[in-house]
Amino acid sequence: MNQPAERADFDLIASWVQPGERVLDLGCGDGSLLQRLIEERGALGYGVELEGAGVLAAIAKGINVVQGNLEQGLSGFDDQTFNHVVLSRTLQTVRHTERILSEMLRVGREAVVSFPNFAYWKNRMAVMGGRMPVSEDLPYEWFDTPNLRFFTLLDFESLCTKMSLIIRERQVLDEAGRLIVEEPNFLGSLAVYRLGR
Amino acid sequence: MSGVGIVAAQCAHFTRPLALKGGGVLPAFDLVYETYGALNAAKSNAILVCHALSGHHHIAGRTADEFGKPTANVGWWDNIVGPGRPLDTDRFFIVGVNNLGGCHGTTGPASPNPATGKPWGADFPVVTVEDWVASQARLADHLGIDAWAAVMGGSLGGMQALQWTLSFPERIRHSLVIAAAPKLSAENIAFNDVARQAILTDPDFHGGHFYEHGVRPLRGLRLARMLGHITYLSDDQMAEKFGRRLRSGAGSYGFDVEFEIESYLRHQGDKFAGVFDANTYLRMTKALDYFDPAQDFDGDLARALARARAKFLIIAFSTDWRFSPGRSREIVHALVHNGQAVAYAEIDSVHGHDSFLMNEPHYHAVVDTYLKRVTL
Repeated sequence: MNQPAERADFDLIASWVQPGERVLDLGCGDGSLLQRLIEERGALGYGVELEGAGVLAAIAKGINVVQGNLEQGLSGFDDQTFNHVVLSRTLQTVRHTERILSEMLRVGREAVVSFPNFAYWKNRMAVMGGRMPVSEDLPYEWFDTPNLRFFTLLDFESLCTKMSLIIRERQVLDEAGRLIVEEPNFLGSLAVYRLGR
Repeated sequence: MSGVGIVAAQCAHFTRPLALKGGGVLPAFDLVYETYGALNAAKSNAILVCHALSGHHHIAGRTADEFGKPTANVGWWDNIVGPGRPLDTDRFFIVGVNNLGGCHGTTGPASPNPATGKPWGADFPVVTVEDWVASQARLADHLGIDAWAAVMGGSLGGMQALQWTLSFPERIRHSLVIAAAPKLSAENIAFNDVARQAILTDPDFHGGHFYEHGVRPLRGLRLARMLGHITYLSDDQMAEKFGRRLRSGAGSYGFDVEFEIESYLRHQGDKFAGVFDANTYLRMTKALDYFDPAQDFDGDLARALARARAKFLIIAFSTDWRFSPGRSREIVHALVHNGQAVAYAEIDSVHGHDSFLMNEPHYHAVVDTYLKRVTL
């Protein structure tokens, strides 16, 4: 729920969704992304959210929200039900990383994953200066962060290789939400991937 | 906050025969009901609240005594109905009805059988959830309601809210299915059968014709209720509420009431047996056992639910082991599979299956928030 108000990755995700497509948003919070996909893109959206407050807020928006815990996988959701399964800024909080990625591509044809890049230059500077990074995309102190996994673009891509996931598209953003092309693992604060099998 | 105040039941008489799923026909029947709030001019603000195994039409408010003073008889779901409550009577017209086969005024086993003039007793047909929904549709006609804004219920009541979307897809806009299941498990049916056996083997049951003998199978009904109550509570809640506490000092090494839990269950059993009809209890449990909308679809619940046009709110409770959250998720996933509109909340509660009757703030907030979006 404690997500930055400006969600630059939402613009990218919205641009990838075609009218009438089915989208499952994992960790959907108050349903803001889904609301946008429904209203702007004409998507048929569903969300999964663990926290009661998020579920309540999503219901208030009229979002199809299913309360549940991603750590327990997506059992109950049928194979290949969705065009896109979105995990926005949440992968770093999930303990069972490989399982959730596999599950996303079981229930959906495409997995859309965004996460903060720990190798962003400002994060590297912070560590060089002796402190854990706190930034727009890593907004927590070390003692209150929900993040369990700290990884970089290179780390993620090597996991994709290991899991035989196909990277269909990658977009990298800086803290201001601008697209980064050069040196993404150094200049990029947030990465957004489209994955397939 | 005050509720709906003093209420009085009404009775609708239906003369067109009702063919039942089990094969019989009810030539005519009465439905006893209560209403709260006002039906708007467009008749678009009506919510039907369906009751569970032991419930009835008196959902909210208090009945009056002969002098018009409120009695202690508060409706069974009063905490959720009233001005400013989730089922807001300033906005909605709420209808509660006693189901066919019931024992609170609606035609049931204790009613006179027109063929004999004597109570129906064992000859009263076994009614199903589908039959109840069909009879409730007659009540909607009687009230001039083309389509319910919502139908809602907990447990067996939730099954009726689900069945409404299948029997009359065009007559229900929202279905609130709470602490329910798409069908009973073998374990659920097993518990029901033990309860039924307690009644059927009571010497005072007389094959269901006990009315003519001037007795009632109180022992059987009491046992049935005690067993039921165990399944309504959670282990944690029982431990917290009763633990192993003794009622009076040390154990007597006998079979009188010793532990608090025994005292509680016996009290609940006695209270229930004093007011409920054994033939009704048998039929309510059978209606539960038979409910299985997927049966005609090779057990495929998604296919069974595909004809529903309503939007759904499904709610389950963490400590409910009678109809666990997993059972509600079966409904949710079938709806998601079909691309139908559904919200699902899983409420943390210590109260087991009975949670749906409790005033849990988050639970009521979910219902309130959902219903606020229902257009009139």
